Amino acid sequence: MLSEIAFYGAIETGLIYGLVAFGIYISFRVLDFPDLTVDGSFPLGAAVAAVLIMQGWNPWVATGAAVLAGMAAGAVTAMLNVKLKILNLLASILTMIALYSINLRVMGRPNIALLGEETVLTPWYSLDLAYHQVPVLLFVIVVFIALILLWRFMKSETGLAMRATGANPRMARAQGIATGAMIILGVAVSNGLVGLAGALFAQSQGAADVTMGVGVIVIGLASLIGGEAVITPTTVIRALVACVVGAIIYRLAIALALNADFLGFKAQDLNLITAILVTLAIVLPGARNSLVNKLTRKKA
Amino acid sequence: MISATDLQLTFGKGTPLENPALRGMSLTVNQGEFVTVIGSNGAGKSTFLNALAGEVLVDSGNIVVDNLNVTKLSTHKRAGRVARVFQDPLAGTCEGLSIEENLALAIKRGQRRGLSAAVKKQYMEQFRESLSSLNLGLEDRLGDKMGLLSGGQRQAVSLLMASLTPSNILLLDEHTAALDPKTAAFVLALTTKIIEEQKLTALMVTHSMKQALEVGTRTVMLHQGQVVFDINGKDREGLEVKDLLDLFEKQRGLSVDDDSLLLG
Repeated sequence: MLSEIAFYGAIETGLIYGLVAFGIYISFRVLDFPDLTVDGSFPLGAAVAAVLIMQGWNPWVATGAAVLAGMAAGAVTAMLNVKLKILNLLASILTMIALYSINLRVMGRPNIALLGEETVLTPWYSLDLAYHQVPVLLFVIVVFIALILLWRFMKSETGLAMRATGANPRMARAQGIATGAMIILGVAVSNGLVGLAGALFAQSQGAADVTMGVGVIVIGLASLIGGEAVITPTTVIRALVACVVGAIIYRLAIALALNADFLGFKAQDLNLITAILVTLAIVLPGARNSLVNKLTRKKA
Repeated sequence: MISATDLQLTFGKGTPLENPALRGMSLTVNQGEFVTVIGSNGAGKSTFLNALAGEVLVDSGNIVVDNLNVTKLSTHKRAGRVARVFQDPLAGTCEGLSIEENLALAIKRGQRRGLSAAVKKQYMEQFRESLSSLNLGLEDRLGDKMGLLSGGQRQAVSLLMASLTPSNILLLDEHTAALDPKTAAFVLALTTKIIEEQKLTALMVTHSMKQALEVGTRTVMLHQGQVVFDINGKDREGLEVKDLLDLFEKQRGLSVDDDSLLLG
């Protein structure tokens, strides 16, 4: 039903969206800050990395610059909210819209092809692995490192202060936590991760495109919510693992839906399928509970 | 020592809902004093506490804590000097975090927070010891989520958290009001015990005149954003609720028609 290449492709994209889901976990779950900046910071990361690679920069340095660019975008959103008191959702939409222009400026044109350029993946192709397995191996390592770092951070004094900021800002202030600074730091880190995802995505797909960010927020949320439905996020580590698992499941589900001929889906149906999957992921856990309740009530 | 001088604060200035909450409030609390604050609804008790904590900034006047003028400082910058327990038992703790994580947050109150692990082994002895003083068995449940605890238990932990690190003043904002009578008595007894043992300086707002006279070393009554009377030492000994009401009427030439003052 699913070819080997399609399978590895789904895992590869799933791992990248796992990084996006980490970012969305920080903004939506830890900080309770609905942040749509990601639709702009994902292509921003891709654009920055692509432009620098084209100029002959080391691809890892270019990827690092993409992370910093994403963090800057996140910091702008958070400052609009914290310093100028603009509603968080609206602040993120403003940054997202502004980034569309900025991304065009960064690239100088709507898209940049990276075919034949040296990317972070290039050295790994000399390994004795099938072509489609190489990105999976590299991204597993990247996602694993990001997961460990994030986990350690969330358990640190500053990370705990950030979690308190999102959960109970009044209590956080009373404990001497600068909640505004925590929101800025958190949203910056969140978008830094999304910038990283964008940079890696551009390098694995061989192109950066100004429209590649459309719907990233929905896919990230789908991964987050789907992951949480599979792995109950009772601890930080479980929540982070759920992000990655959710992203991979989501990509596999999409690949299956598109590959299953009897369903009749085509590539253009992607966003529709995404919307349906997100709706199911949100509704199903509740529906399951009420079904269980009904069944047990009948027994009693 | 904490001193507030001529605090003025009006909410909704220039609107039909303009509400002068503090009108020249002045109060000095000396080191080691335990002041109970009473007053009817709208007297400015909570606003006064919020002003001391930094949750609201006053229009004019000065607040000095231990020789530092904190009038314009935001809440988190004062937190090292001012500890606080809220009225809502759920407000003082984070339900999604474990008991030890909540305590770890509190042990760094007002200090720099770095990237080292928040819950450190060296804290555990202190955490267990202070939790066991509550006699609630919480010392064996350090890893449990705060949300699993009852309101009374959470308020007791809030109180511990406020006293985990030294402060210049402990603000208690009707912190027993939302609890059932038995739990309220337990939390109040715990409060006096902690304040006496650690020789804390404290300001406790209460709705109950009886409670205001039974605990603490000094009682202050607020009315319309001002201190209307302030009694301590010998004058306060043997005073009863009725005496307080008489005192209030004499001071203001008013009769008290607010039932809430008589309750308790």
